[in-house]
Amino acid sequence: MNPIPVPLLEVDRLTVAFPGHVAVREASFAIAPAETLALVGESGCGKSVTAFSVMRLLPPNARVASGRILFDGNDLMTASRPEMRRLRGRHISLIQQEPMTSLNPVLSIGVQIGEVLRRHERLSRRATRARVVELLDLVKIPDAHRRIDDYPHNLSGGMRQRVMIAMAVACHPKLLIADEPTTALDVTTQAQVLDLLGDLRRELAMAVLLITHDLGVVAQWADRIAVMYAGRIVERASIVPFFARPMHPYSHGLLGARVDVDAEEHYLTDRLTEIPGSVGSAAGETGCSFAPRCPMVQPSCRLAPPPLLELADGRAVACPITAAQTGAPHGAAVG
Amino acid sequence: MGRRIAATFKRTAIHAAPTVLGIIILDFLLLQLMPGDAADVIAAESGTATAETMAALRERFGLDKSVFTQLVNFLGHLATFDLGFSPRYNMPVLDMIMTRLPSTLLLMVTALSLALLLGIVLGSIMAAWAGRWPDRVLSVVVLLFYSMPGFWVGLMAVVLFSVKLGWLPSDSNMTIGANYTGWAMIADRAAHLVLPALALASFFVAVYARLTRASMLEVQRQDFMRTAEAKGLHPFFIQLRHALRNALIPVTTVAGMHLGNLLGGAVVIETLFGWPGMGRLALEAVLARDFSVLLGVLLLSSFLVILANMVIDLLHAWLDPRIGTT
Repeated sequence: MNPIPVPLLEVDRLTVAFPGHVAVREASFAIAPAETLALVGESGCGKSVTAFSVMRLLPPNARVASGRILFDGNDLMTASRPEMRRLRGRHISLIQQEPMTSLNPVLSIGVQIGEVLRRHERLSRRATRARVVELLDLVKIPDAHRRIDDYPHNLSGGMRQRVMIAMAVACHPKLLIADEPTTALDVTTQAQVLDLLGDLRRELAMAVLLITHDLGVVAQWADRIAVMYAGRIVERASIVPFFARPMHPYSHGLLGARVDVDAEEHYLTDRLTEIPGSVGSAAGETGCSFAPRCPMVQPSCRLAPPPLLELADGRAVACPITAAQTGAPHGAAVG
Repeated sequence: MGRRIAATFKRTAIHAAPTVLGIIILDFLLLQLMPGDAADVIAAESGTATAETMAALRERFGLDKSVFTQLVNFLGHLATFDLGFSPRYNMPVLDMIMTRLPSTLLLMVTALSLALLLGIVLGSIMAAWAGRWPDRVLSVVVLLFYSMPGFWVGLMAVVLFSVKLGWLPSDSNMTIGANYTGWAMIADRAAHLVLPALALASFFVAVYARLTRASMLEVQRQDFMRTAEAKGLHPFFIQLRHALRNALIPVTTVAGMHLGNLLGGAVVIETLFGWPGMGRLALEAVLARDFSVLLGVLLLSSFLVILANMVIDLLHAWLDPRIGTT
């Protein structure tokens, strides 16, 4: 039984390799229409690479070694380049991490937003301009009429990220990939940009693949979560059960490492909780890549990478030890 | 846009005035260091000069005055747009230069445009196929042009295209005595322009091609290129609109600095191809120790370089919106 009846995006055992190392191993997840899935993990765990493979925008030295990506019933791995170009910007769009560098410095923001409209909707010059002003209004940029001819260097980081959002939602995409959209912004701007994204996703009924390492953002925002560690998805769950009871020892460690404001925890009074060891220890590990840092590690963990076990309610965890503690695996192993 | 360009223009114009004055004074003083003067050359050519006739010559040309007085006289004349009189040719310097200026301008503008055009196209092709055979082949060709001096390229082109094949003329800027009119005249001038312009441009084609290749490859790694791709734009369009425009900024910077070199190269190329331009006039003036002509040529050349730099600055302000806003 599939927890999501008709997924909009289905990533099936995706493996992405760079020369010399494998960035993503057998990652599987699905996103239903209008749903937000948070892909969480620390830097370098393969989150962004997973996202870029969905758009087939991997760096030239990376390649998808195996796996399938289905979007709206189309296999994106076998789609031709022109087919991919018709999808990009129209049905799947992207917000990148760094608003300072993701806009072209020599073109005005009006031109850059208008480009995607002219490409996919074949609007006239005049109609494009009118739509761009509407979009700038939509992302709450004041004085849209005047701002449309500004260049990226005239805008602050938060404003640039708003421009990126306007660009991404211009053609009402079905899926928005947001690659750490607020990481480069200061905290107050982060909240504004996230609120804006939240409103737009409801208004336009977009599915969102949100890549982040901020669990606070995930709790507030996402419907479901997928936790990645060293290129593998180690746990998938809906938000409420995940925060109530994380299953994988890594997820457990992540939640434990959060600083809880209400508990009056402070780095001056208490030592901050951490996950012992570093992610580098996963290199060369034949078994579970988290085994070197895991408090519950068993000898069997070091033999082979544990498969992602499907449990009840669409939950899945790649840890036979914790899965056994909650009862017998509900479904078959998928990973 | 218009205001930004006007601001750039104003700023450049303010910088230009003291630059020109500095160039004139420096040129004047440097020329005093050269041994001999026009009187020596004229006397030597006549072969029968005495000390008295030479003193008379010097007095007539004003060469007997002190260096400082000569400079003040020169600047005084210059203030009324009078470049002086050539003792050697018995003509006002301004007239001499004005008859040569159009030819030099034509050659310079053609060579620079050709160098930029060919360099940018070749560089873009090399970047698009980086590491594959079109890149390798063009890299070798570009390296050849980079390492061969322009006059040698010119000489070899004369041997091949004029002497062996007989396709193109190798001397002067038009067929003398043909008296063409209309299209026939334009075709005749263009045919005479091809070889000198190519010879003058060859080195710069190589420089711009290498620079364009490097900066195009640099741009590919930028985040905004992925943004453009994520919009579903065609790769050709992305390269043209997003990559090339950014990559052109360093190329135009270097092109601006090359204009002086180009004028220097024009002296050699004009001599080689018998092109009646200012470069050759400068050479003749040096040989004749005709300093008033030489100063005029240097002054006009510095005007040309400053003017061309202005054009490049304006081009820059248009290419890069971050420039010219304060």
